[in-house]
Amino acid sequence: MVAALIKAEGLTRIYEMRRGLFGKVTPVRAVDDLSLKVLPGETLGVVGESGSGKSTLGRMLLGIDPAESGTVTFEDKPMPAFGTAEWRALRVRMQLVYQDPLAALDRRLTIATQIREPLDIHNLLTKDERDARVQALMAAVGLRPDQADRYPHELSGGQRQRAVIARALASRPRLIVCDEPVSALDVSIQAQVVNMLRDLQDEFQIAMVFISHDLKVVRNIADRVVVMYLGRIVEEASSDVIFASPRHPYTQALVSSVPVPGQPLKGRMILQGEPPNPASRPSGCAFHPRCPLATDICRTTVPMLRTVGLQRAAACHLVEGANAPIAA
Amino acid sequence: MVRFVFARLLRALITILAVVTFAFVVLRMSGDPAQVMLGPDVPQDAVDAFRNAWGLDQPLWIQYLAYIKSIFTGDFGVSMRDKASALQLVLERVPATLQLTIPALLLKLMIGVPAGVYAALHRQSAIDRGVILLAILGFTLPSFVLGLLLVLVFSVILGVLPSGGQDTWVHGLLPTITMSIGGIGILARFSRSAMIEVMGQPYIRTASAKGLKWSNVVWNHALPNAAVPIITIVGFMVGSLIAGAVVVESIFSWPGIGRLLVVSVSNRDLAVVQCILLMIAATMVLSNLMVDLFYGWLDPRLRHQTAH
Amino acid sequence: MTTADLDHTHTIASRRPCFVATLRRHVPLSIGLGILWLVVMVLVAIFADVLRPYSITAMDLTNRLSAPGNPKHWLGTDELGRDVLARLIQSVRISLVIAFSATIISAVFGTALGFAAAKFRGIVEHVVLVLADFQAALPFLVMSLAVLAFFGSSMVLIVCLMGFYGWERYARVARGLAISASAQGYASAVVQLGASPLRVYFRHILPNVASTLIVSMTLTFPEIILMESGLSFLGLGVQPPETSLGNMVGFGREYLTRAPWIMLAPALVIMLTTLSISLVGDWLRDKLDPTVR
Repeated sequence: MVAALIKAEGLTRIYEMRRGLFGKVTPVRAVDDLSLKVLPGETLGVVGESGSGKSTLGRMLLGIDPAESGTVTFEDKPMPAFGTAEWRALRVRMQLVYQDPLAALDRRLTIATQIREPLDIHNLLTKDERDARVQALMAAVGLRPDQADRYPHELSGGQRQRAVIARALASRPRLIVCDEPVSALDVSIQAQVVNMLRDLQDEFQIAMVFISHDLKVVRNIADRVVVMYLGRIVEEASSDVIFASPRHPYTQALVSSVPVPGQPLKGRMILQGEPPNPASRPSGCAFHPRCPLATDICRTTVPMLRTVGLQRAAACHLVEGANAPIAA
Repeated sequence: MVRFVFARLLRALITILAVVTFAFVVLRMSGDPAQVMLGPDVPQDAVDAFRNAWGLDQPLWIQYLAYIKSIFTGDFGVSMRDKASALQLVLERVPATLQLTIPALLLKLMIGVPAGVYAALHRQSAIDRGVILLAILGFTLPSFVLGLLLVLVFSVILGVLPSGGQDTWVHGLLPTITMSIGGIGILARFSRSAMIEVMGQPYIRTASAKGLKWSNVVWNHALPNAAVPIITIVGFMVGSLIAGAVVVESIFSWPGIGRLLVVSVSNRDLAVVQCILLMIAATMVLSNLMVDLFYGWLDPRLRHQTAH
Repeated sequence: MTTADLDHTHTIASRRPCFVATLRRHVPLSIGLGILWLVVMVLVAIFADVLRPYSITAMDLTNRLSAPGNPKHWLGTDELGRDVLARLIQSVRISLVIAFSATIISAVFGTALGFAAAKFRGIVEHVVLVLADFQAALPFLVMSLAVLAFFGSSMVLIVCLMGFYGWERYARVARGLAISASAQGYASAVVQLGASPLRVYFRHILPNVASTLIVSMTLTFPEIILMESGLSFLGLGVQPPETSLGNMVGFGREYLTRAPWIMLAPALVIMLTTLSISLVGDWLRDKLDPTVR
């Protein structure tokens, strides 16, 4: 088996939230005892509603948000603390792509300057090679050479996101985390950017963690998918398997809401109840208040993530064939 | 709310302590009062005796602790020049200063705020432009220039008003006017922009769209909301009731705190200067504190924000 | 932000055809006059040595307290027969140099503290807050009075002291903008690229907040001129034989009845200068800074 590029074990992130002036400090578990790994060159889709902790997970994988417990191991070395020189040096190997490209770009610098910035910061390549790399990157993400001297506000949303992606790729990283990279873009542009990401990933053999609430997009790009609910993984399988035969009731509900071209929506499960609120986490299985199949055990006992069949893991008392808990 | 008040009080105390420490350190570090008081060519044993008598031969930090301790017992030291209690000397001058600053504050409020509100309600009119220009002129004109101009016109050329002294209320006219002009300008400009800001808010448009009478909208909806930022400036003006007259008192030879400060500073009268600084800071901190508490009482959002 | 950008590109584009005509259309008359006056003042300060008709200490004993209009002394002379125009020119230079250096010091100091508060939060932020409280509690004039009187006045001390004026304004602005920038957006994006904090603050955050800071500078500048001239008026600022605008007013005051021009000339210069900066500053703020109204 290929060694994992990045491995997370038992990751937990707890925010402290105060309610009102004299309110008690409530600990909020954004990410709760979560383990996963990403292989070199693989694309892992992370799916969940807002509040599921998927963005926090992405930031923890990059070592931006600290973990209350658990570890992140990148290329067999533990993640250095945020802001240290080692952490900064590691940015050459791992990068983040943001949801809002306009906010992620400095409005006073030209696109080319910003794409070049990782090379300047980490002092990679010679001056001439940097210029050549910037030109090549711009071509690779589909920006015209004459756009090099433009400012972010002079570009369209899709072009800005291309620039952000070019910047993330400038240092030839091994891993990029894309946090909702296309949800701020027009639907017509989304597919172009996703296809481009997939091509670039193939070309440069980059591992990618693709975070999105949008199953259609994830299905398009991910090799493997984890579905998150209130900070925990509820189901994990290869992309084909999970979309063809979702097993966890939550995954089933998500998948059934995605229209398939040429077919009427049938057997659609509509989610009941309140959207998940990390501040008041239900007992037992966090999904039970909204689960149409919930039984007594779901209200009292937290289901562990167990392997189901050959290529799947699910955290549900009701999924049959669940046996011993798996490691990751 | 209790916690908010407590945090504010603590900050006020720390500020006052910082001022006391600053005054102490700067004044002690800057030179030897014995030399200034006794003159340059006195015998060494006289200097030593002076130092001993005033505790100047002790290490600085012992002097500091002794000073803090005496402040807490209400003892602000003795003037090195007059041998009178420093607190006494300072308190004697307070009424004279207030005689100028309180009428000036009233003038600022009575002219500045209505002018600003009126200008805001008649935006882009000739009066609005006039108010802005006069307001900017008012606070860019330094008080010593204005004071001297007024003396030149009313005392020297016209000869109708006295140029200095404190004998009758007429003597107070020029200094009061001098002091209030700048404040009127600041208040007018500030109330104008506060009022314009409020008038653009959705609730004002809603209120007038509901068909309320315009005067009702202005008096009951706009003014109370515009008052909040104006209070800050007024609080600052109240806080400088004691300190705000240094220059003006000096122009018009008015025997208030400002004059005492200038004289004591040039005489290096440590106890008196420290006492004045402490008093000025206390007034300022107290009025800032009151403004903050008033805000907290007025606006629960602010209360929450600051308590966190 | 977007509107400002559009506005910006728009002005650049429309400026090309005829610079002067557009300038006349976009700049109100009062602002134009203000800018003109400031330019004249800066030129006077720079070329003071050339412009000065006499040395500032040269006494013309036959022409003491001579009124303005004297062909030898356009603005008259003072009690020692020194040329008021020469002294005025030198005063403009000294006052502007003090105000300019102090404004820069104050901006640098305040911005650095504001950034430090934003970067380190916690204890550093509390210290900055206490310092700001302290500054608010002790009126600046009173504090300067005490310091100058006890340490003895010197040019360096005046500039340093004035350099503390208004720092808390920059600190507040810089801290607020830096916090909002690093909480989300470009600053955190650059951090994520692996940039050092110095690079983040000086290459990215500083250029983005510069326009707001420059506006703050135009507000502080006239106040520093007033503060310096007030102190000099009280005899604690610039010391003779050197001269500054406030110091001229202070000494001219004694001859208010016999020779008002000694005091009126510098008073007028102070007034026009602070007025011009205030007008231009307000106008700049409206133009540059969409966040402050």
